[in-house]
Amino acid sequence: MPKAAPVKPAPFDYHCPGDLAEAIALLQQHGDEAKVLAGGQSLIPLLSLRLSRFDHLVDLRAIEELRGVTTDDGSIRVGAMTTQANLARSEDAAAVPLLAKATSHIGHYQIRNRGTLGGSLAHADPAAEYPAVALALDASFEIVGPSGARRIPAADFFISTWVTAIEPDEVLAAAHFPIWSGNCGWAVAEVARRAGDFAMCGAVCGIQLDGQRVSRTALALFGVASAPVRAHAAESVVTGATVDDLDLPDIGAAVAATLDPPGDVHASGDQRGRMAKTLVPQVLAAAIDEARHA
Amino acid sequence: MREIALTVTVNGDRLSRTVEARRTLADFLRDDLSLTGTHLGCEHGVCGACTVLLDGDAVRSCLMFAVQADGAEVTTIEGLSERNGELTPIQAAFQAEHGLQCGFCTPGFVVSAHAFLEEHPNPSDEEIRDALSGNLCRCTGYQGIIAAVKRAAENGRSS
Repeated sequence: MPKAAPVKPAPFDYHCPGDLAEAIALLQQHGDEAKVLAGGQSLIPLLSLRLSRFDHLVDLRAIEELRGVTTDDGSIRVGAMTTQANLARSEDAAAVPLLAKATSHIGHYQIRNRGTLGGSLAHADPAAEYPAVALALDASFEIVGPSGARRIPAADFFISTWVTAIEPDEVLAAAHFPIWSGNCGWAVAEVARRAGDFAMCGAVCGIQLDGQRVSRTALALFGVASAPVRAHAAESVVTGATVDDLDLPDIGAAVAATLDPPGDVHASGDQRGRMAKTLVPQVLAAAIDEARHA
Repeated sequence: MREIALTVTVNGDRLSRTVEARRTLADFLRDDLSLTGTHLGCEHGVCGACTVLLDGDAVRSCLMFAVQADGAEVTTIEGLSERNGELTPIQAAFQAEHGLQCGFCTPGFVVSAHAFLEEHPNPSDEEIRDALSGNLCRCTGYQGIIAAVKRAAENGRSS
């Protein structure tokens, strides 16, 4: 080894448990000093830049039960360690088209080969796509801890920037996404400075049509608050309406008026608000169009 | 366990080493194995210069710890080159289309292009642009690189 071996992260003990019980025991033992490592595409740069440091990393890569997509009773179950690339090409996951549509906006394909669904959800970056998809679709999460598994809805999961309902001795094991039936359409749109960058603002949408009438709507935004935002009021306006009667720009303006996005070096709060105002009608129109042709 | 033993196959050679857990795969390749063809630009996953193949998939070697490659097969730019000094079809296409100037980003582009063309032997221009969007080049303006990948795809079809 050369004398001046380069190092980036602060030193840590590396653990690679073979099953979930062992992972949880490690987390219990090390408490706040331990961090779960999933795909590492967000955590490793944070460690390398020393924005974060942990004495113990618990890598979930060897836990087979955390991988894969299965269909059960009107929903799909995606294991937390399923990579974004595998999720996008999964036949089971195709029953929830919003997932593949959102995946294409995440980083670049080299990132998606390592990045995982569970990592994105548990990292809970306010500008990330999967949390908004989970929120819009009323997904629920399987979280496993020392006293067993619990299920919580996405609405109770995302608390703030990088903060979720997962306790330090718990692991996100899987997410369940409901399958919509009938004539449905889906859309994801976002504004980013460069392809693959985190979005300054984004929106995800699902529409189910019964003839010309909207029978179901899902709409959520990301990048506009410390956690993804569900547009419940807009959903109630759209659901039940006849497609041609909808004033989409008006709905976009109404959604934007409810937001108070934070500003940063990438975009001011006002800019993000204006992006939301534009993106909401875009995703609604695209989803309606897809549902009409479904 | 700050030091971890790992066994990894790199460019076809199976080898065992003990490394610090915090050592990135990129630093392991460059400093422990002297495979300096893998370049480090940003070291936080943005520039793509350090792209390698992990079990055939293109990944950022700066966004992985070497220990995470335990049991895997890693292919670096050295493994995608002919040992007799001849250019591979992708390398030849980069030369023919002026797909490089200073060459710093080139290993990452060639590895990314290799993985991309394996999966998309008949890519559209848009697919090529999308696939290369994760690699930064500050010299060429990208047009030559896109033309090179297109030419490599065409050559692959004709051969």
